[in-house]
Amino acid sequence: MSFQPVHFYQTGTFTVGNRLLAEEERSVQANMERTNSLNSGHRACQGCGEALGARYAIDAAMKAASGRLIAANATGCLEVFSTPYPETSWQIPWIHSLFGNTAAVATGIAAAIKVKRKKGQMGDVRVVAQGGDGGTTDIGFGCLSGMFERNDDVLYICYDNGGYMNTGVQRSSATPPAARTATTMPVGPEPGNAFGQGKFVPLIAMAHEIPYVATATVADLRDLEYKVTKAMGIRGARYIHILVPCPLGWGAASEDTIKLARLAKETGIFPVFEAERGDLTSSLKIRRQQPVEEYLKLQKRYAHLFGKKPAVETIARLQAAADKNIRRYGLLDEEAN
Amino acid sequence: MLKQTEGSHAVAEAVGLCRPEVICAYPISPQTHIVEGLGEMVKGGEIENCEFINVESEFAAMSVAIGSSATGARTYTATASQGILFMAEAVYNASGLGLPIVMTVANRAIGAPINIWNDHTDALSQRDSGWIQLFAETNQEALDLHIQAFKLAEEVSLPVMVCMDGFILTHAYERVDVPTQEQVDAFLPPYEPRQVLDPTEPVSIGAMVGPEAFSEVRYLAHAKQMQALERIPQLAEQFKTIFGRDSGGLTHSYLTEDAETIVVAMGSVLGTIKDTVDDMRAAGEKIGVLGITSYRPFPIDSVRAALQNAQRVVVLEKSLAVGIGGVVSTDVRMAMSGLQLHGHTVVAGLGGRAITRKSLHALFSKAARGELGHLTFLDLDWNVVNKQLERERTTRRSGPAAESMLRDIGVVATGIV
Repeated sequence: MSFQPVHFYQTGTFTVGNRLLAEEERSVQANMERTNSLNSGHRACQGCGEALGARYAIDAAMKAASGRLIAANATGCLEVFSTPYPETSWQIPWIHSLFGNTAAVATGIAAAIKVKRKKGQMGDVRVVAQGGDGGTTDIGFGCLSGMFERNDDVLYICYDNGGYMNTGVQRSSATPPAARTATTMPVGPEPGNAFGQGKFVPLIAMAHEIPYVATATVADLRDLEYKVTKAMGIRGARYIHILVPCPLGWGAASEDTIKLARLAKETGIFPVFEAERGDLTSSLKIRRQQPVEEYLKLQKRYAHLFGKKPAVETIARLQAAADKNIRRYGLLDEEAN
Repeated sequence: MLKQTEGSHAVAEAVGLCRPEVICAYPISPQTHIVEGLGEMVKGGEIENCEFINVESEFAAMSVAIGSSATGARTYTATASQGILFMAEAVYNASGLGLPIVMTVANRAIGAPINIWNDHTDALSQRDSGWIQLFAETNQEALDLHIQAFKLAEEVSLPVMVCMDGFILTHAYERVDVPTQEQVDAFLPPYEPRQVLDPTEPVSIGAMVGPEAFSEVRYLAHAKQMQALERIPQLAEQFKTIFGRDSGGLTHSYLTEDAETIVVAMGSVLGTIKDTVDDMRAAGEKIGVLGITSYRPFPIDSVRAALQNAQRVVVLEKSLAVGIGGVVSTDVRMAMSGLQLHGHTVVAGLGGRAITRKSLHALFSKAARGELGHLTFLDLDWNVVNKQLERERTTRRSGPAAESMLRDIGVVATGIV
């Protein structure tokens, strides 16, 4: 199919589709030449944010690496649903070793490539490591920090759905406060996950002063592709943390995956930003700010907040956390408000 | 070239001659001098085209090794003691994936109580991990086994541990014959992987395997170790033709032909045992020694052949299988199945307790008289043990056991007795 130039006919909206853009501005996903690195036929749930995030990210990385990419994958949903052998969805060289060692395996791959290149036995091949939030922020955190501080030439992508979904929705250190999981049940005087716990790994990545850290969501394909492409243009340790809604774990409708990712960003619950060498360099502004209820009420993991007697105080605490993000990362365009 | 050098340095030189491409290092005594030596050789350009990576843990060391080996690089690391336990999950993973990594284990005890000295508990904890495990008797053999280990690992696509006694070998200065690069190159061809992460030929490695094939995949690991059982003596022969030395193989027999009593052991203690056997032979005792070099795969036939004409077997091992007694002796007894032999397990040298000729002489004489029990703890201080047992019988809150026992002994630091 040849490229057909088209003209903008919509103004004042954010919903302009790919076909209305110049070819060079179109997304990798819109390109017929995209690699489908994570091919169709895998066993992810309907509406899986992680499958979407991985396809977006790895296709963009493949384009940036001219098709020369090796991936290391942590144990978890992405690993299990993508390789029901003898079938595999991966169109790229891919290795799964363990739950907690993915960053280190990627370091080893990068080291081997470096030596093989020096010997003239291999061209330039790039390395991505990927895992869920459990494999990244909890069990894989030591190896991740080691890879960061050595500034190894690896792009690590965390697909954050806020819990151990593969094992049946248990709490991770990325589970948000008040959320119901199988190990933070909505019972007792403080139902759901506790406040004042957990960690936000992008900030910890920044503390390592690595060349590039970014967050993204599956709601904004262009922003995600831009960040992956930018990360692939840099050498050394890079980290991208992508929010990927999980219909199963969040108790949300499959068709609401993108909507939830967008609301996470529009409420300020999930800040979308970039940082270089430890300094915040940009943030994706909130276009139309929404109260956190709009995000929370679509998810059964927060259902206990909206019973006959709404948990007004808890919702206010979650709103305060979102407001703090807005201040901290400059998520509202001051002039626009 | 003959050199007077430290065991660790000899191993570092041997590994360097094997043209490693990725080395990952995490410090733990007593293997530190090996990776220190290699780090210097890589940084100084003596070892070319090699990445030396200082990692943040042993778990990361083995994980980096998995990544680099799967990308086709000849990969080496070293560890000991707590380190091998900390990397255990990745140790099993490396062999499960069939990656020919070579790792030195500078054998050291496992805590608690923490102890940095030598025994074999660390390596033997991984005996079922699927790794080939070779035990060196001397520094020369440690050096030689590393060269053989790379070739063996890469031929059968399994990782190999070369085990050498911590401090006793790693820190001992001895004469070793360091081969030339030409000799090593003639013996060890460049690594040609069976599987490799390569964008021109993408494969998925490490997929989930369910009940439909898991047994078969695991059996294959066993079949590969059985291949190794055949290859190990052949490689030792090849090694001899190029390097002119007997090194490696499955077992080493010493004066076993007519022996009524045969002592079985692994590692550097074989030297002390041989000296004791020489003394006893001089006094007319029919005693011999069987050294096991290849612990995994375990050379059942070779062990059985060596033992079958004896009357009794004493397995002297630097390991303790708590709740039963011996680790090595369990395997030796399997090799003795059906033979009418008296079997004795002797646990000796735990946590660096010196194994002396005097103690061995008394022990072997007792065995020859038919007075040795099934399980013996060599030179165990029964006063200290009984005092603690009594304390625990009479006092509920008897406190931490190790600290109480040290107080009873009343020595500062380790009194090697």
